[in-house]
Amino acid sequence: MPAPRTLLDKIWDDHLVCSPDGEQPLIYIDRHLVHEVTSAQAFEGLRVAGRRVRRPEATFATPDHNIPTTDRRLPIADPISKQQIDTLRSNCREFGVRLFDLGDADQGIVHVIGPELGITQPGMTIVCGDSHTATHGALGALAFGIGTSEVEHVLATQTLRQSKPKSFEVRVEGELHPGVTAKDLVLYLIGRLTTEGGTGYVIEYTGPCIRRLGMEERMTVCNMSIEAGARAGMIAPDQITFDYLRGRDLVPKDFDRAVAQWATLPSDAGARYDRSETFSGGDVVPQVTWGTNPAQVVGVDASVPDPASMADPSDRSSASRALEYMGLESGTPIAAIPIDRVFIGSCTNSRIEDLRAAASVVRGHTVSSRVRAMVVPGSGRVKRQAEAEGLDRVFTAAGFEWREAGCSMCLGMNPDTLAPGERCASTSNRNFEGRQGKGGRTHLVSPAMAAAAAVAGHFTDIRQWRYL
Amino acid sequence: MQPFTTHTGNVAPLDRANVDTDQIIPKQFLKRIERTGFGQFLFFDWRFLPDGSADPAFELNQPIRQGASILLARRNFGCGSSREHAPWALDDYGFRAVIAPTFADIFFNNCFQNGMLPVKLDEADVDELFRRAAAAEAAGHPYRLTVDLRACEVRDDGGFTRSFAVDPFRRHCLLEGLDNIGLSLKHVDKIAVWEDAHGLAPLQGGEIG
Repeated sequence: MPAPRTLLDKIWDDHLVCSPDGEQPLIYIDRHLVHEVTSAQAFEGLRVAGRRVRRPEATFATPDHNIPTTDRRLPIADPISKQQIDTLRSNCREFGVRLFDLGDADQGIVHVIGPELGITQPGMTIVCGDSHTATHGALGALAFGIGTSEVEHVLATQTLRQSKPKSFEVRVEGELHPGVTAKDLVLYLIGRLTTEGGTGYVIEYTGPCIRRLGMEERMTVCNMSIEAGARAGMIAPDQITFDYLRGRDLVPKDFDRAVAQWATLPSDAGARYDRSETFSGGDVVPQVTWGTNPAQVVGVDASVPDPASMADPSDRSSASRALEYMGLESGTPIAAIPIDRVFIGSCTNSRIEDLRAAASVVRGHTVSSRVRAMVVPGSGRVKRQAEAEGLDRVFTAAGFEWREAGCSMCLGMNPDTLAPGERCASTSNRNFEGRQGKGGRTHLVSPAMAAAAAVAGHFTDIRQWRYL
Repeated sequence: MQPFTTHTGNVAPLDRANVDTDQIIPKQFLKRIERTGFGQFLFFDWRFLPDGSADPAFELNQPIRQGASILLARRNFGCGSSREHAPWALDDYGFRAVIAPTFADIFFNNCFQNGMLPVKLDEADVDELFRRAAAAEAAGHPYRLTVDLRACEVRDDGGFTRSFAVDPFRRHCLLEGLDNIGLSLKHVDKIAVWEDAHGLAPLQGGEIG
């Protein structure tokens, strides 16, 4: 009787190509997602060495980081951005890689279109030159970010040198209270685990609170695993996963046979994890980050903390520095902090359920006169579905800008940026100094909390929101 | 890839924890399509004042740290993004090695791809190195260290010697300056076996090498 295995063990064992003496193992990569920022040098490396892409059919590309979210029929204004996107286009053409280009109905943020198109499937190994590749783990895949040299390695060999990561079970009991979302749950977990609690591990999220989450909610949780230091986060597939995937473009033709195989993936009873921690969903309240990393977070009903109260001297100095950068004073209630901008978007929270949640908060209200707010759907499909449901009109009637799909203001690489000192309620995943624009002040929140802040002009507890 | 065997150089102490990749190389500089030329943008938002002049308060701008080739940092160095532009910027600026108690996983991997050595030492040892660096600089000269990948040791000429652990394969590749892809393609027959066992169609036009 073989030893019980975790989901990670099963995927690892299945993908091990070889483990030669004295060398790191090689694992096979089922899906390689590519975007414009981290691929140019990789394709150039192939070209210089006279190599081809080994499995073009396993490789899928889309521009997302560098593109404007305004009218894309116009030429891209920034010549360096334009060059990078043109380079992706010519590389995909030269190497035979399928590209969901600007103007393609299915273009979008790479971690939104993967699951949406059924590219992402349970039991697969999936990589991309982007740390939020962890998102795809929500479907029971082993998915993680890689650097450009590794992108080149995967293009050339369809494999990756990897040492097997350790496994970390993060079990969440109970359930989330009304008004508390998957985004709040993952922010809470990061606050507890710290930004390096997951380093060296792949996290598997288990427990009834996780099982209750829908597929898009699971993506939000897995997406931010990297912010706790874990390269990958996974949730074992179940009926919710299979129902999500049924009928999508690139799933196996014999879907029921695939489901039967996927159903063998969940961790066996008695399987051993290298580390386990248990949390209670009922402990989570709506979260707001106050500092300059995602673990510097509190409940909306709390106040900006006092660095002097922190035990660790390095935490104290980080916190002091963060408060100075963020222009915040200890003791200020979170719900009193006024904001200038709102960004609803990013690979963390830009899917249809996120937009529905934000729209229901906004419906009948108006964006505060002190706030400039925008909604950026995660893909062309999400945008069209939102428009079919009239969500775009709810947003624009309230005073939000309604944009085209892309990474947008998550990172200030395209025209959507914060000006110095601007304070933003953002549904993205990182609040590092300068992330959304030099001197910009980012607070990470859920879509509903961002929508409420847009109307109120300051952070406010969504649990007391007046829905109209 | 340039080999890394033993390197002796000046240390630049960066006494900050959780230095993230957005600080190492801000995103507006990721638009280049070359691997080179990122050193001028290293720690851009910390190095330069709004008017474009060097900020004299920033650690790396201090005259005694010019020409440093070993970066000494605190825990969780390189957290955040997978951008390999971060080690590219450090390397292009002149750093050959980074010493810290812990590193974020993706950044750690990316260093090895570029002939840069990330060295993990215990917090207590890193504390000691910061103290020694401060003492040397107070005496008017840069602090110098030797990072020896053959012996897996960090040494100064003031009696500090510590061993560090490194994956043997990665050590071997760095010592020899090996081409990672070329090395993996030596196993291309096993890759084909895996693909065949998993029902993938054989490649058109034979194997790639």
